[in-house]
Amino acid sequence: MAKALLQLIQLEFPDAVLETHSQHGDDTVVVDPGAWKAVARFCKEQLAMEMLADLTCVDWPHREPRFDVVAHLHSLSKGQRLRLKARVGDAEGEHAAIDSLTELWASANWAEREAWDMFGVVFTDHPDLRRILTYPEFVGHALRKDYPADRIQPLVPYREVENIEKLPPFDHHEGMSFGRQTHLASRGDD
Amino acid sequence: MEPLDRDLDETEIELAAEPMLINVGPSHPAMHGTVRVVMELSGETIERCDVQVGYLHRGFEKMCERGTWTQVYPYVDRCNYVSPMLNNVGFSLACEKMLGIEVPERCQWYRMILGELARLSDHLTCDGAMAMELGAFTPFLWMVKARELVWDVMEEETGARLTHSFGRVGGMAAPPTPGFKEHVRAVVDQIRHVMDEVKRLLLGNRIFLDRLEGVGVISVDDAVSLGWTGPALRAAGVPYDVRKSYPYLKYGEVDFDVPVGSASDCYDRFMVRIEEMEQSARIIDQCLERMPDEGPINADDPRVVLPPKDEVYTTIEGTIRHFKIVMEGLKLPAGEVYSFTEGGNGELGFYLVSDGSGTPWRVRIRPPCFYVTGGLERVITGQMVADVVPCFGSLNMIGGECDR
Repeated sequence: MAKALLQLIQLEFPDAVLETHSQHGDDTVVVDPGAWKAVARFCKEQLAMEMLADLTCVDWPHREPRFDVVAHLHSLSKGQRLRLKARVGDAEGEHAAIDSLTELWASANWAEREAWDMFGVVFTDHPDLRRILTYPEFVGHALRKDYPADRIQPLVPYREVENIEKLPPFDHHEGMSFGRQTHLASRGDD
Repeated sequence: MEPLDRDLDETEIELAAEPMLINVGPSHPAMHGTVRVVMELSGETIERCDVQVGYLHRGFEKMCERGTWTQVYPYVDRCNYVSPMLNNVGFSLACEKMLGIEVPERCQWYRMILGELARLSDHLTCDGAMAMELGAFTPFLWMVKARELVWDVMEEETGARLTHSFGRVGGMAAPPTPGFKEHVRAVVDQIRHVMDEVKRLLLGNRIFLDRLEGVGVISVDDAVSLGWTGPALRAAGVPYDVRKSYPYLKYGEVDFDVPVGSASDCYDRFMVRIEEMEQSARIIDQCLERMPDEGPINADDPRVVLPPKDEVYTTIEGTIRHFKIVMEGLKLPAGEVYSFTEGGNGELGFYLVSDGSGTPWRVRIRPPCFYVTGGLERVITGQMVADVVPCFGSLNMIGGECDR
């Protein structure tokens, strides 16, 4: 049963499948990054993989392409699982880009944001590729092997956000603005 | 009716016409966990919202890559801090799958009992907090009291209430204490009693039900597409429970049901957890019945299991074995594995990559509530502001697990 899954993908994409294995019973297909989305679509539509259980990356700094993008698919109706892998990025970790799967599964949204945040792999056509676990001013990508675990991040100046002043019917002294307030300042008035 | 303030001419009050921006969190009494929700309101209806997580990000996956495989346990403990034992067991199973070993039968039952107790504590916390946030404080206190009973067992067994670090690759840190079975039986009885009382308190309360019924509905397709698992997915009517669909340990041999909901609203998510507690208690009963009182708790595998202390101190072989496992770490064969168990919130997966040295190359924790929280935006858009609280509560977001 499980072998059949791998063969189906191999038959459909003879040029895109680079490698397959079933280590520890986990069926794995390594595909060409260019065919990433097409293979994923085939898995979803033809193999009934309704759920993208997980999407993450693995960094291999001494290998080129450097990153493995790993997706775990799950078919609830058939009780089957499949691991899709693609290799992207050069030795410096630049040009690591792959198609986003957000069109196929909603769970790819946050998972890809996390992968981008932690590894710096760009997911093209992602609707909202912001950092998710760290903050926008974070320098570097924390789970890359060349990111030292004890690096200290620069201090971030207080953020100015536009258009969040108080709206009517609040008076200027009513309600809470979103800025930093000190009670000492208001006390100084009287 | 006469206006209360006679001097006030209401025609002069300028009401906001454009959408209003409301920011809840990251530290807010109604948000148990550090999450920030920025909402754009039209009147009281949420038009758009942005859920921001990551405030509890501590870089666990990075830290896991710096120690040995055994040193990962304290980190998985601190991921889901309301059911740490389930994480311990899940990680042990992942490593064991990679090594191709199976723990002795007694240990499997032991892990199941501890795991189900942890599930009880998880669901007690979630449902209790949900009730509290809607104003029902008494049930919360009773459920937390019941949770404390679970933690008494954990303390007795592991020495720690909350962060046990009790799992080991190839077994557990210690065998069950002599009074274990008796203690668990007493605790489960008390929890059943508390649950009966809580159900009587809450489920006849019109206010409580009105806050939950028909609120936070999500379609089955959306829930599946969002990667929801666990009680949140089962409330949508999908009977996916890892314990049933892909049985591990001895779950294939015990008798239990998978409760599912139909309306996929907050009420169903609340009730699925209540029912699951009943099932967990049922599983514990059967495990206690079948767990042998004698026998080894650790697998007989010198590669990964520490030798008994008297051997360490009296024989050179024991000393060397102990030294190598502690200093170099146990070695998992090079390769990759994805192992998943049913955590408190759903499918808790571990994707481990090993390069064959004693240090993990990559420990990916698939946190169930990361994906569940990813759907919060879809759940609350279009709802009222007040509905955010029950919706968020029913998803049981655990900050430590979501942000790692």
